[in-house]
Amino acid sequence: MAAHLKKRVYEEFTKVVQQQHEDLSAKKLRLTKPSKSAALHVDLCKATSPADALQYLLQFARKPVEVESVEGVVRILLEHYYKENDASVRLKIASLLGLLSKTAGFSPDCIMDDAINTLQNEKSHQVLAQLLDTLLVIGTKLTENPSVRMRLVEVACKHLTDSSHGVRNKCLQLIGCLGPVEKGVAKEIESQSAKDVQKIIGDHFNDQDPRVRTAAIKAMLQLHERGLKLQQTIYCQACKLLADDYEQVRSAAVQLIWVLSQLYPESIVPIPSSNEEIRLVDDAFGKICHMVSDGSWVVRVQAAKLLGSMQQVSSHFLEQTLDKKLMSDLRRKRTAHERAKELYSSGEFSSGRKWGDDAPKEEIDTGAVNLIESGACGAFVHGLEDEMYEVRIAAVEALCMLAQSSPSFAEKCLDFLVDMFNDEIEEVRLQSIHTMRKISNNITLREDQLDTVLAVLEDSSRDIREALHELLCCTNVSTKEGIHLALVELLKNLTKYPTDRESIWKCLKFLGSRHPTLVLPLVPELLSTHPFFDTPEPDMDDPAYIAVLVLIFNAAKSCPTMPALFSDHTFRHYAYLRDSLSHLVPPLRLPGRKLVSSPVSPSITPNEDPSQQFLHQSLERVYNLQHLDPQGVQELLEFTIRDLQRLGELQSELAGMADFTATYLQCQLLLIKALQEKLWNVAAPLYLKQNALASAAAKQILEETYKMEFMYSGVESRQVVIIHHMRLQAKALQLIVTARTTRGAEPLFGMCEKFLQEVDSFQRCFISELPHMQGSFVDKLLDLMPRLVTSKPSEVVKILQTTLRQSTFLHLPLPEQLHRATATIIEPTGESDNPLRFTSGLVVALDVDATLEHVQDPQGTVKVQVLYPDGQAQLIHPKPADFRNPGPGRHRLITQVYLSHTAWTEPCQIEVRLLLAYNSNRSKASAKIPKSTWSDSMEALPQSENGIEGTIPFSKPVKVYIMPKPARR
Amino acid sequence: LVFFSLGPGAGQDVGRSCILVSIAGKNVMLDCGMHMGYNDDRRFPDFSYITQNGRLTDFLDCVIISHFHLDHCGALPYFSEMVGYDGPIYMTHPTKAICPILLEDYRKITVDKKGETNFFTSQMIKDCMKKVVAVHLHQTVQVDEELEIKAYYAGHVLGAAMFQIKVGCESVVYTGDYNMTPDRHLGAAWIDKCRPDLLISESTYATTIRDSKRCRERDFLKKVHETVERGGKVLIPVFALGRAQELCILLETFWERMNLKAPIYFSTGLTEKANHYYKLFITWTNQKIRKTFVQRNMFEFKHIKAFDRAFADNPGPMVVFATPGMLHAGQSLQIFRKWAGNEKNMVIMPGYCVQGTVGHKILSGQRKLEMEGRQILEVKMQVEYMSFSAHADAKGIMQLIRQAEPQNVLLVHGEAKKMEFLKQKIEQEFHVNCYMPANGETTTIFTNPSIPVDISLGLLKRETAIGLLPDVKKPKLMHGTLIMKDNSFRLVSPEQALKELGLAEHQLRFTCRVHIQDPRKEHETVLRVYNHLKAVLRDYSVQHLPDGSITVESILIQATAHSEDQGTKVLLVSWTYQDEELGSYLTSLLKKGLPQSTS
Repeated sequence: MAAHLKKRVYEEFTKVVQQQHEDLSAKKLRLTKPSKSAALHVDLCKATSPADALQYLLQFARKPVEVESVEGVVRILLEHYYKENDASVRLKIASLLGLLSKTAGFSPDCIMDDAINTLQNEKSHQVLAQLLDTLLVIGTKLTENPSVRMRLVEVACKHLTDSSHGVRNKCLQLIGCLGPVEKGVAKEIESQSAKDVQKIIGDHFNDQDPRVRTAAIKAMLQLHERGLKLQQTIYCQACKLLADDYEQVRSAAVQLIWVLSQLYPESIVPIPSSNEEIRLVDDAFGKICHMVSDGSWVVRVQAAKLLGSMQQVSSHFLEQTLDKKLMSDLRRKRTAHERAKELYSSGEFSSGRKWGDDAPKEEIDTGAVNLIESGACGAFVHGLEDEMYEVRIAAVEALCMLAQSSPSFAEKCLDFLVDMFNDEIEEVRLQSIHTMRKISNNITLREDQLDTVLAVLEDSSRDIREALHELLCCTNVSTKEGIHLALVELLKNLTKYPTDRESIWKCLKFLGSRHPTLVLPLVPELLSTHPFFDTPEPDMDDPAYIAVLVLIFNAAKSCPTMPALFSDHTFRHYAYLRDSLSHLVPPLRLPGRKLVSSPVSPSITPNEDPSQQFLHQSLERVYNLQHLDPQGVQELLEFTIRDLQRLGELQSELAGMADFTATYLQCQLLLIKALQEKLWNVAAPLYLKQNALASAAAKQILEETYKMEFMYSGVESRQVVIIHHMRLQAKALQLIVTARTTRGAEPLFGMCEKFLQEVDSFQRCFISELPHMQGSFVDKLLDLMPRLVTSKPSEVVKILQTTLRQSTFLHLPLPEQLHRATATIIEPTGESDNPLRFTSGLVVALDVDATLEHVQDPQGTVKVQVLYPDGQAQLIHPKPADFRNPGPGRHRLITQVYLSHTAWTEPCQIEVRLLLAYNSNRSKASAKIPKSTWSDSMEALPQSENGIEGTIPFSKPVKVYIMPKPARR
Repeated sequence: LVFFSLGPGAGQDVGRSCILVSIAGKNVMLDCGMHMGYNDDRRFPDFSYITQNGRLTDFLDCVIISHFHLDHCGALPYFSEMVGYDGPIYMTHPTKAICPILLEDYRKITVDKKGETNFFTSQMIKDCMKKVVAVHLHQTVQVDEELEIKAYYAGHVLGAAMFQIKVGCESVVYTGDYNMTPDRHLGAAWIDKCRPDLLISESTYATTIRDSKRCRERDFLKKVHETVERGGKVLIPVFALGRAQELCILLETFWERMNLKAPIYFSTGLTEKANHYYKLFITWTNQKIRKTFVQRNMFEFKHIKAFDRAFADNPGPMVVFATPGMLHAGQSLQIFRKWAGNEKNMVIMPGYCVQGTVGHKILSGQRKLEMEGRQILEVKMQVEYMSFSAHADAKGIMQLIRQAEPQNVLLVHGEAKKMEFLKQKIEQEFHVNCYMPANGETTTIFTNPSIPVDISLGLLKRETAIGLLPDVKKPKLMHGTLIMKDNSFRLVSPEQALKELGLAEHQLRFTCRVHIQDPRKEHETVLRVYNHLKAVLRDYSVQHLPDGSITVESILIQATAHSEDQGTKVLLVSWTYQDEELGSYLTSLLKKGLPQSTS
């Protein structure tokens, strides 16, 4: 009965909320509508001078107008418009009309006729332009209506002959935005007036005003964007516009030519002043290349950018872009690139520059030298040498895109890209390194190129160095000298910047596994072994030695003859490294030895990944444990969790998967422990201990479920269900515990209600997944739902307890890819003994540098937390610009954290850590449900020790020694 | 009409630039350089060439200096103070700042060291600089009522500018020395599409197309870096201004980037003074320096310190910039002597060396040098050559011509043979005339000046209102009266012209009879004519008046039956002379007869 009553109250309550809401909004509208337009009317009538009227209008424009009153306001405005003599006031009214017709929900077709009528008698060009602008707004709101569009286009055509550029501009814009796109429709409506919009716009390509010319081209582009197929005939016209005096015209014309080249790549155009013909795309390519040496840098950037997307261009045109014939005193001279190549192919080592090494050789036929090429010659050479770095970046990007689609071009542009590594602007250098990485599967570096590339390793900018390591990871090197050179330079880098350790090791790992045969002849030298003598054992903790070993071991993986060259200590070191740096050292089959590898891989079969197998086997085992005795279940779970955690440490690629399942099993284990029957059967006075255990378990499960949901990338909805299900179980457990501890039924009412609501929303969210959950907690609960709704809290609790205990353990399906979000704070290192001193009350900036892996949307979720010794915690949101994205799935946070505190007597350590903020609203589940399901459950969120709601710490805390000094007086 | 004369120097020669241009009656002198190679009268241009008698100030309207190199401004104090010129001298702000330092230095060397007399004094330099008017980039300076000049950025050295000289609608662009590829401290030359009648361009590298700057820079840096890493010392002989700053920036940024610690020194006090100006004129430098100077001025070198003679004996690696650039004397030679014996060391020659200097000798591979006092110096150190030149190459020159779109091109400041090649190319590519006069040769170029005519706004509006929008391609016929009075042209409406001249207006009317074979009645014929005209002349207002006549605009057409032959109608067409065009068209139209099929 009580429950019944409750339900009714609840229903009523929801109703009331809705009604109130409606009431409020309706009232608001009715109140404001008359006053607004009336006030305006009064104001405008009162206005004695144009200046006054303008003031009123300006004030009026600041306030929003409701949808219902828009039409009234428009009428009043129009009325004043006709009366008004002053052009500026009319202009303002016209612009207001446009603003008003933008109001959401207002359909402006009722005011269109009036707006068109106003055009008739208008003398002022400015007002005319503004009115056309208003019409444009109206037109864009009514795009579905073809007759309206037709009419507006007609109006625009009529005003195209206006003498003011502003008016013509707007007309063209209007035609561009509203002109008929489908040919057929236009003809049907009115064949006479539906003239070819393209022709109309095309006529204005020769307008006397550059602004109108630009507008015409833009309108044409607009038509193209709206899906009209532009005619090829305008190509010639567009080409002429490339020589325009004004940069905005040229810039727009370049775009137009690009569009046409994409539309008609294969059609043939004649070359002027000769009988030859070439493909249109080639011709356009040549023309755009020409614009790379334009006088205006805006045009140059535009041209360079567009070049990148012209992939249909023929290869010989493409290769011309890198061509630049050098000469000196009319004799042919080879470029530095050619010389380097020759030196390389002749097998000589560079002996340093001799005087006159670059002396020009052959005579050049004066007639054959073409100084201003008509074609694509040297476009990129110019672009990459440009004065403005914007142009250079655009050129590098274009090179990248073209090289990705053409391997032969990639090979050719290598020299130029390598040159760009020495640009004066860091952004350009970085961009060219990234570009090189992207095309690296198409290219093999020559030794001299490698030399230049490696020289950049000494760069003081960390970004550059890391990008370069990344590049070296996927580079092909042609000779063993190249490998040696790379290793030497990387080791040099390591001594100069010890913080690059991890990145260098990783780089060598890939270098080794990519070039096993090149590493093989280097092994004795690298390990400094001697055929007769024993050499001293190197220091195992030396990062440089580890780096060498990483290279060798990774090469040895696919080169079985290599281990024969190892000395004894190398094998020992292998065992050690395999264990301590398992992500860098692969498992090796070593002759005459027991396989030294992790316990997970009993045999190495290339086809099947043993660790993967192991993961699945152990999970299989766990899921079959329904029938074991509780003690056995617990033990098995514990073992499996331990195994999985170890596996995660050893196999970096499986770490996410293993951790994920381990966490899940952990939750299950906690649940089982908390539900142990003998604990629950003890007498009431002994509740205390058991309560503490159960509520702690519930809390921890909740925490873990949030981690599972938000810390892993690649979690699919199937997993989300299971996670939510686990959470539901934890909540049930919480409810049971509270029911047993609290006296009296009153507080339980609310809790039960809330729990049932959650069950309900769970059902709504995951209705599709329910069939997969046979015999689970929720399945049983839903069966009992009618009973639960009507029963008392104490009964509910009882039912819950039994269901919880009887429910089966849900099988957790694993997704393809699962990665855990991790963060490593590189700086501060936490090793410094020198406290950071600052005056109390002032701030000190602490540089924080961290790498984040597999974090989705780090800008929104990653926070920095600072914990002071007095327990005070500070949460810092880094700026979006502080995040960089060096590679897929990886982010880098470089930010500054401002610290401040009152004076201390002793220096003390503070903790800095990274947190992953989550918000249940953005969870995958809530995407389907109409919000606010979790808004109340948020209150019941786990209160972690650090007391921050909705965040998961995901990095190791780093300690920083600080000392706020008292301010000197 | 542009009259161009190559005055005292320049022409097909490098050094001693001095050009005289007469443009629409104005005389302008471009640059006033000296020749480094001579020590007698030939070092300065022969100014007596300009005027035999009479003062220079009366003859020249202004003097323009493009940049501070001595072969472009070295003769200025001599010209203004000793020969005597009191008119304005134009140069950019950095040039004005740096020019006197160089002049003073030059004077010191000639007078104090070589002991010459009859040379300009410090006071003369000061007086001369007082006559200088500094201009900003893209600022149009009105020299007098007709003559105006405008400066464009030219790269080359700090403050180098190209000048556009304009009188009326005739203009000349003088480039001075310029550079079309940016370097570490300066940007590239740029000019708008000013379409001058004549472009006077330097052509030092008329037959050269250069490799990318980056390769050279990389080579240079690599060499310096390797030597320093080996523990060797690097000597870079430079001239105090221009390239020296570029190399400094290059090394400075490289040191910064690569975190190097070896010291870099810069010798001579002259440079410090000049560096100060480089710091000040940030707006004249390239994009990178301009963008970063808020954080740090690139010319405030962190790694480059002033050199002291004692440093040369310090152990360990170092890099030293020392003057002069050809190793013929001074500090660079002293240091060279000290370091030449060690094969770990290196000398890098960043520029051209004149024959006979130590620089030239070692570059041509000589390893044993005979020094003063019959000492033999064995050169064991490495010798490298790096060319860092800041002139436009052939491609750059063509690019500038493309940007400016001149009517004629004139090449100066280069060798005749090389210029010939470029001239041929220019004529071939751009179809413009190209000239390459020799020293002292006068070239005359005829132009087609367009003559501006003032038109009253009322007339313009009235005329444009008639007919269609103005079309670029078609010339438009306009009625008006051209009044030439007091050296100005005005186009006014006939009424106003009459008023101004105090004349009465006379109507002039043409009348023409056209015979048409038409047996019908008069009014029917009129109707047919009316319909015909209406059909043909759609854009005009054709009216049929009640009295039986037709008007087309203001043209009257009447039809009467022929007195003898009723079958022939006589059409009387009458128009005023203003409507001559339409009237004659109408008559020819009517003479063709009416279309047969009239319904």
